[in-house]
Amino acid sequence: MAVITGSPSTHRAGDLNITWTDVGPFLALAALLVAGFLINPDFLSATNLANVITRSAFIAIIAVGATFVISSGGLDLSVGSMAAFVTGITIMFMNAVAPHAGLWAIPAGMLVAILVGLLCGLANGLIVTIGRIEPFIATLGTMGIFRALITYLTDGGTIPIDRSLREAYRPVYFGTVGGIPIPILISVAVAAIASFVLYKMKYGRKCAAVGANEDVARYSGISIIKTRTIAYIVQGVCVAIAAICYVPRLGAATPTTGQLWELQVITAVVIGGTALRGGKGHVWGTVAGAVILELIANLMVLSDFVSEYLVAAVQGVIIIIAMLIQRFSNSK
Amino acid sequence: MFSRKWMAAAALGSLLLTGHAMAEDKKVIAVSIPAADHGWTAGVVYHAQTAAKEINAAFPGVEVIVKTSPSAAEQVSAIEDLSASRKIDALVILPYSSEELTEPVKAIKEKGTFITVVDRGLTDPTVQSLYVAGDNIAVGRNTAKYMIDKLGGKGDVVVLRGIPTVIDDERIKGFQDAIAGTGLKVLDIQYAHWNSDEAFKLMQDYLAKYPHIDAVWANDDDMLLGVLEAVKQSGRTDIKLALGGNGMKDIVKKVIDGDTVTPVETPYPPSMIKTAIYMTMANLVGQAPVRGAVKLDAPLITKDNAKEYYFPDSPF
Repeated sequence: MAVITGSPSTHRAGDLNITWTDVGPFLALAALLVAGFLINPDFLSATNLANVITRSAFIAIIAVGATFVISSGGLDLSVGSMAAFVTGITIMFMNAVAPHAGLWAIPAGMLVAILVGLLCGLANGLIVTIGRIEPFIATLGTMGIFRALITYLTDGGTIPIDRSLREAYRPVYFGTVGGIPIPILISVAVAAIASFVLYKMKYGRKCAAVGANEDVARYSGISIIKTRTIAYIVQGVCVAIAAICYVPRLGAATPTTGQLWELQVITAVVIGGTALRGGKGHVWGTVAGAVILELIANLMVLSDFVSEYLVAAVQGVIIIIAMLIQRFSNSK
Repeated sequence: MFSRKWMAAAALGSLLLTGHAMAEDKKVIAVSIPAADHGWTAGVVYHAQTAAKEINAAFPGVEVIVKTSPSAAEQVSAIEDLSASRKIDALVILPYSSEELTEPVKAIKEKGTFITVVDRGLTDPTVQSLYVAGDNIAVGRNTAKYMIDKLGGKGDVVVLRGIPTVIDDERIKGFQDAIAGTGLKVLDIQYAHWNSDEAFKLMQDYLAKYPHIDAVWANDDDMLLGVLEAVKQSGRTDIKLALGGNGMKDIVKKVIDGDTVTPVETPYPPSMIKTAIYMTMANLVGQAPVRGAVKLDAPLITKDNAKEYYFPDSPF
């Protein structure tokens, strides 16, 4: 088994193949843009593209974290519920502090979000590593826990953000700097930091080593527990950053916030070229993957020839085709 | 050792006896509803609990017990447990699913319990003594009528629908039947799963696709929240009406405040559970016969009658 999984990963380390895996998602993205333009020229309008890429920011930011987890050989199904939970706690904290601190409640709430996300990630990490529970089962458990907690906190309804904070916080989702929406800038920054960590720092190499072959990594003196736990913490912090961008959009947390995000996140990572079984992570590919997913959904609405009943089927087909394009270019 | 066991048995016996005596005195109304997992069911839980509190305080001879269940299977267990442990005089139930709950409710009816079914009917309507529901077709129809009236009989409309279910289909049918033959044209209709985030995205896409939209109808208020945010962001002024449905407090508040884009609302109120509990109690306590099927209308909520439908303490 180890031999079989080991040989393609050494094969992938060859120069040419790496370039193809890196380029694949961007080829798919370009193909989609051209197809979209042919179907409806409005697709490439600046407003539409800005809207769609901004919308993909949450999934992109969370998926960057998931790239760490999946690269290290783990999996995290709890991210959607965790995003909802962090959103809920953040809004409750901001509302509680607002009467005393005024607008300072917003940055303070952001710090709380990061802290809560970090702790949630740490919990996931410890259950998986120290508890030695399969990541799928462990995070399926915490997924249920986070979802139940947000439902409990909201009484099944909504937690809206305080009116006095709403307008001041709005620009974090709706504002622009130099014409570029802020969530896009934040996701680019997150991806840039992540790719630095993953490709230029020692931790990145450890991450890929643990994911590619646990035994070899252990013999090379890498702490598997430490490496994986850190990956889950990074995931938690990314979820928190996404939550910070999410709160100002609708200004509320509900029990349905972040539902099924985990599947979109995993799909984005895989479209981006990171293997689900672990190994080298592709941060920028992941970001492209998240944008591709959102573009497909957008294209479904902008085109007229898909019945509303069949939208999900067509989305599935396009995702599979995108993967096939990649696989095809990989094997060359 | 022996004496201690004996004492415990005696204590337990007397406890059971008093419990039995109390159950004899009081008429018990059991209320079984889905657990709160989104806005509307959260409203149902709130109104059921409020009704229980009010009735238990006002009528010492009646005890209302509210049980919430997170799935159909657990709802079956919950009503079986309730009816096994004590005599239930009436059961008010909002079933998770018609098929799975019909037989278990029938079994309870056979013990002589008065059965009130709310919102979703059972597959065998003879099981129910009383049926209370809203009118989903009227939700669509009354919204459409208002739009036709307000837009002068013509205009371009985009529609956001929920999850493929009977509820959603009926609302859409009511709307489409009402606009048939008028100058109102539905430009587009897509699913947004009764979710405000999805509705936000869909509305952004509608705005990108159609340079001119006169009115938006989201067949649920959660979605309307997302729609309003997308319209606000776009800065577009061609949208004259953005209407929802269900009776969420935030939207009813807008109506009260005289909002120009959302001046009316159509209810499919979660408070129907409260209506059902009170009617059931009337039958039990006041000997006011209530057998039959009651369809609560979906009258337009306007500034004049909005107070009747406004529950500021409810989570929905």
